[in-house]
Amino acid sequence: MIGQLAIAFPANLGPIYLPALVPYIALVIWLGFVLTILPGLIWIERVVIALMQDRSGPNRVGPRGLLQPTADVIKLFFKEDVLPENVDVRIYYIAPVIAVILAFAACGTLVLDAIPFVDAEGRQFTVPLTVGDVNIGLLYILAMASLQVYGIVLAGWASNNKYSLLGGLRASAQVISYELAMGLALLCAILMAGSLRLGDIVEAQATRLPFPGAPEFLRGSILAWFWLGTGLIPVVLYTIAMVAETNRAPFDLPEAESELIAGFHTEYSSMKFAMFFTSEYVAMLTVSGLNAAVFWGGWLPPLNVAPFTLIPGVLWFIIKVMMGIFLYTWLRATLPRLRYDALMALGWKRMLPLALVWLFVLAGANLALERRASSAPLPTPEAGAIVPRMRSTGGPASITGQPPASAEPGPQTPVPGSMEAPASNGAP
Amino acid sequence: MLILFWILALTCVGASIAMVVTQNPVRSALYLVITFLCVAVFYVMLSAQFLAAVQIIVYAGAIMVLFLFVIMLLNLGAPQALRERGTLQPFFAAVLGTAFVVMLLLSNSLVALSKVRPAAPPEVYVPLGTVEGIGKNLFDPKQPWILPFEITSILLLVAIVGAVIMAKRRIQDHTP
Repeated sequence: MIGQLAIAFPANLGPIYLPALVPYIALVIWLGFVLTILPGLIWIERVVIALMQDRSGPNRVGPRGLLQPTADVIKLFFKEDVLPENVDVRIYYIAPVIAVILAFAACGTLVLDAIPFVDAEGRQFTVPLTVGDVNIGLLYILAMASLQVYGIVLAGWASNNKYSLLGGLRASAQVISYELAMGLALLCAILMAGSLRLGDIVEAQATRLPFPGAPEFLRGSILAWFWLGTGLIPVVLYTIAMVAETNRAPFDLPEAESELIAGFHTEYSSMKFAMFFTSEYVAMLTVSGLNAAVFWGGWLPPLNVAPFTLIPGVLWFIIKVMMGIFLYTWLRATLPRLRYDALMALGWKRMLPLALVWLFVLAGANLALERRASSAPLPTPEAGAIVPRMRSTGGPASITGQPPASAEPGPQTPVPGSMEAPASNGAP
Repeated sequence: MLILFWILALTCVGASIAMVVTQNPVRSALYLVITFLCVAVFYVMLSAQFLAAVQIIVYAGAIMVLFLFVIMLLNLGAPQALRERGTLQPFFAAVLGTAFVVMLLLSNSLVALSKVRPAAPPEVYVPLGTVEGIGKNLFDPKQPWILPFEITSILLLVAIVGAVIMAKRRIQDHTP
């Protein structure tokens, strides 16, 4: 982002206020990406697992099996839609819809990039490229993720099948258990960033130095991001919890095929099954995107030097998301499924206490740094970046009738009173 | 805004009534979820986004999922299993509910809330419902909320300890 300072769009193009168009652009980019990549994800997963297990994988339809997902999708579309007997018809039909709607709703607040604008007075500000720049963006994603379990639970219950019901029960217990560790791990990053807005969290990483006294070219680099900044434990906890939250291997107990046939979607066929499939993959993209934004610097390039800064931020974000997807596939190919009690013990007895303790340690360390910074005559930029920046936050623009909150000063215009060194503007 | 309010209000009240009336416990729980979601949207309409998110995460996302878990685990799917017979409870509930609604309406006419309410939303946006607003109000020593807040947390802690002790005792009873 710092390297992209050279390009700044004018805020007003004739009568059109350009930053107001940003959410729609974000909607097109993100929805386009998600819907295009969905069949691709199936192909990627099968090919990568095949490579890891030393076999060929799909290679019949199209070159290198690239058309295999197309064939799968066509098959799912034209399959017979079976309605089993004795199901609770209304809930049976609505469950996949709930799953898919919530999955798409959750990914709306992910921040893809920050677009620099210049207004008529020559002031520069950035607008986050996101569908909804909500000031509680992170909580919103967590809320939607916690609601997603309804699709699975209701599918399991409405199918009137004991395997489905067991799958649904497992899903509900598992998601509730791992949500806690997930939230606490994210809290560590929120503590460092001082905001729940995803754009602010990424910007906090952009202005951070990896350690006090680090050379200036490392500012906002891969070493300054929160995966290291929060001390490595939160990102590990979050990554484990995100796999469990999306019910993927090795935590795919709700659909464990060796014990529960297919778990909660045993009784679903054709498009209704495809909707569960879609929701699962979109949820994977969402939590990977959250991981990328909160711990891995979102749209920031790993180093602020020429070859990296030439790639647009959206691409960096998507690269990071796809790395998360690769991790999912890797885990699925490598690890055996956990036993149920081991799953619960890991969530409650290992991850939750560790996350709690780490949160306290991190808060104490931050407080100590802040104290030292406030007592010292010249505060280091490091401590300045940690001080939570209290901003006047407008609500969602459509509701409060406020101008878009994204029109706030970005990191380019230093917030008055904060200790951010103006040197952060130095474009290489 | 007003149209949205009325749609939500009718959905909310309708879902609450359906929750009480429905025989099927799972459906009943789902109607309660709809009510919670409506309340969350009300919070957003009042510019209290943080409360809305917490409402969804805590009530709809965690507590109601646990409710559903218990209902499904006990397999209360049969509507007859929960039907109460020969109790006066529905009668009293109806009487008290009506009294409550009448009281609300009376209080509205007595205080004349509709006259007090400003016609337009205030010009200055006070971020009361955001994380910063709630945090500042809750932990500000000048505000009276810090003591109730801490006492509530102790109450929750007591509940957690109680739950753990109950669970432990049952294990000891079963494995002498």
